[in-house]
Amino acid sequence: MSKKVKFTIDGNEISAEEGKNLLDVACENGYYIPALCHMKGHKPAGSCRLCNVKVNGRIMTACTTLVSEGMEVITEDEELAELRKTILEAMFVDGNHFCPACEKSGVCDLQALAYKHKIMSPKFKYEFSNKKVEAEVPKIMLEKNRCILCKKCIRAIKSKDGKNIFGFKARGKKLEITMDEELAAQMTDEDIQRAMDICPVGTIIKKEKGFKIPIGKRKYDKKPIGDNVEKHKEKEKD
Amino acid sequence: MTNSDIQEILGKYNNDRFRLMDILLDIQDKYGYIPKKFFNLIGQAVGLSSAKVEETVTFYHFFHTSPKGKYTIYLNDGIVATMKGRDNILKQFSEQTGCQINSVSKDEKFGLFSTPCIGMSDQEPAAIINKHIFTNLTVEKVNRIVRLMKKDTPIQKIIQTIYESDKVQNLIHTMVTDNIKKTGSVLLNKYKRGSAVKKSLNKNPEEILEEIKNSNLRGRGGAGFPTGTKWEFCTKSKQKPKFIVCNADEGEPGTFKDRVLLTNYPELLFDGMIIAGYTLGAEHGIIYLRYEYSYLKNFLQSKLEQYKKENLLGKKIVNSDFNFDIRIQLGAGSYVCGEETALIESMEGKRGEPRNRPPFPASCGYVNKPTTVNNVETLSCVPKIINHGSEWFKSFGTEESAGTKLLSICGDCGNSGVFEIEFGMTINEMLEMADTIETQAVVVAGPSGKIISENEFNRKICFEDLATAGAMIIIGKQRNLLEEVVPNFLDFFIDESCGSCTPCRVITTHAKNRLKKILAGKGTTKDLKDIKSWGNLMQKSNRCGLGKTALNPLLTTIKFFPELYERLIKDKEYISEFNLEKATADYEKITK
Ligand SMILES: Cc1cc2nc3c(=O)[nH]c(=O)nc-3n(C[C@H](O)[C@H](O)[C@H](O)COP(=O)(O)O)c2cc1C
Ligand code: SF4
Ligand code: SF4
Repeated sequence: MSKKVKFTIDGNEISAEEGKNLLDVACENGYYIPALCHMKGHKPAGSCRLCNVKVNGRIMTACTTLVSEGMEVITEDEELAELRKTILEAMFVDGNHFCPACEKSGVCDLQALAYKHKIMSPKFKYEFSNKKVEAEVPKIMLEKNRCILCKKCIRAIKSKDGKNIFGFKARGKKLEITMDEELAAQMTDEDIQRAMDICPVGTIIKKEKGFKIPIGKRKYDKKPIGDNVEKHKEKEKD
Repeated sequence: MTNSDIQEILGKYNNDRFRLMDILLDIQDKYGYIPKKFFNLIGQAVGLSSAKVEETVTFYHFFHTSPKGKYTIYLNDGIVATMKGRDNILKQFSEQTGCQINSVSKDEKFGLFSTPCIGMSDQEPAAIINKHIFTNLTVEKVNRIVRLMKKDTPIQKIIQTIYESDKVQNLIHTMVTDNIKKTGSVLLNKYKRGSAVKKSLNKNPEEILEEIKNSNLRGRGGAGFPTGTKWEFCTKSKQKPKFIVCNADEGEPGTFKDRVLLTNYPELLFDGMIIAGYTLGAEHGIIYLRYEYSYLKNFLQSKLEQYKKENLLGKKIVNSDFNFDIRIQLGAGSYVCGEETALIESMEGKRGEPRNRPPFPASCGYVNKPTTVNNVETLSCVPKIINHGSEWFKSFGTEESAGTKLLSICGDCGNSGVFEIEFGMTINEMLEMADTIETQAVVVAGPSGKIISENEFNRKICFEDLATAGAMIIIGKQRNLLEEVVPNFLDFFIDESCGSCTPCRVITTHAKNRLKKILAGKGTTKDLKDIKSWGNLMQKSNRCGLGKTALNPLLTTIKFFPELYERLIKDKEYISEFNLEKATADYEKITK
């Protein structure tokens, strides 16, 4: 077993195994740090940049930080709140997020985070992204204009022989998600459902199944994002 | 092009996925482009999906998935090229070849493309045509070049005709002038190849590490990290094999000093790599050479062969127990690949996306093995330190910046080229050397650095004051800094971002749009406030240096040239003007 280290999150002492991922440790201890590209157990992507926290006063992404003895972590303050809000707003204008018409409304992490961060109207101008919707494969489609390029699908969804089904194309502003049409056509219904569930937004859509659970009865229609994590925090405080 | 053609190339690299860059480069060299229909075949051979192959192909701007013309002309859209009349040259190429920019002529004879700075800022306007460099272009030269191309003249022959030389062995010098304008005591100076290697092999690696640490040598690639300390991290790692990587990506617009070192003093670099290898216990060296410098590849390769013949490379070099080899890895067009972890990803055949740290390359770098990445100039200092001692090295420069520095001076000056200076020189002294009149601004360290005004010209070039990897772009008073220079730099970062981090991918464009708004006379003080706060956010929240510094052109001009903005903004917090006719213009058009 690894060595245990002691450090603080928002002033409270925490003990965890040395070298564990800070974002996971915070979550386990009841601190919700918003993140859209993190998947426990996978190598961090460090892409969305939402999980920025202050470590000994310096802004760092929690998902790429390993816990170490004596570190002082701040998960929330004014600067971090503004930073996260700005990044969320950037995501909203980078793609097309017309929530009322989206299959993922109510189970979309981006939408839920926007509510949590009280985004009314973004400070950036909308760009009205105009990428081609990829719909050639029989059972699955990609509405690329909603993709936040979190790489979750690339990292988590693989073919039977371990190859990437999803991939990036181009770079910079032109960066977009694509899929290997041959491998995508071989995906089972369960695979596709899993991919759709993993996608934090409404890019990966299982054809004909988008609105199976009615809007209004969906996950974030009932409870705000992070609630399950923070509940735990309340309990600990009691 | 058939499947078996592709298979032959794949076989040459043992179907190794880590050599995907070489495989793709070879395919493109042989067939002109990399058709999408072969992604699957390539993927199957190396064990990747076609989506993964597509990731690499589409990341680099010199890879093409459709025919790019028998003659592929790349013109650089960097600021210096633009200042030197690139637009006229483009117009001429366009008229003569019948190609719009970024397109191919109907008969597929010509392709005309735009690319960022190609490392020829001292002899712009310049072009890369089929990997060959054409410098100091004029309208007349363009006409002659295109005429020869229309007659299907081989590219070497065109170079020789245009630049009036018939010495094939000197082709690289025919194409590109060195422009060494000031030699110095450390780098641009005589060196006997192998001398420092022989001296080093008679010492312990620990002694050499001590010498380098004591010399206070700091990285010349931009960050200025102490080289000895960097090496020490890598010596501590027990894993094998280890790798020494030379960063010859030289992508910062306005920089061309590594080009001059590679052309004239490759022995300094090779010896530096061998000594680094010996010190760290690494047996493999890799030079990551930017695609723009492919014209140097054969030349460097022949020098490496000579090294092998002289037993300076290979097994048991100069009768010691130490083995070392060096190979050259070409890039394929991407600025961010100069960032050391992106460079490692690229060497592994992937898209050049910077890695998250930890882990650091010293413990987990190329193919997850301990790796040290150093700039060409950093490694080239090493043999001199070994031969003359660290105290000698420290006798040049300042307290915190030992030694000399190569500057690539370009832009509005009478004397552009490479200068070896001692750290501590002031910008004023530099301007005098460069033969300038009426300087408005100096871009220190390129777009990612600082744009400074006259008030700062007494500052010193050194790590403790104005740090630079070498680029020094001089902007004369006749230029419109905010219209011409700043947007050009922002476009560069927009195109070159890898796109992973949300702020870097999205916000640079919005900041540029705010500048456009200000330039249109519609700016408010709030726009400036927003730009500053986004700059702060970018600095703090992006993964790599590209995103962290992408708004520097705006931030530093706001800081050093406030009057330029004040003139445009006139202290307005908001503009509440609303023009109904304008606002509904589109509507009127549609409903007409
Ligand atoms: C966007 C970006 C581009 C870079 N480009 C280069 C380059 O072209 N050449 C270089 O030597 N270093 C470049 N660097 C710096 C490298 O990451 C690294 O610090 C350097 O190669 C280390 O060598 P040194 O310690 O000898 O300077 C770049 C960094 C960033 C963030
Ligand atoms: S498709 Fe979804 S999971 Fe994949 S990168 Fe885009 S947002 Fe992330
Ligand atoms: S800062 Fe920009 S270039 Fe660097 S990793 Fe992030 S997105 Fe890529």
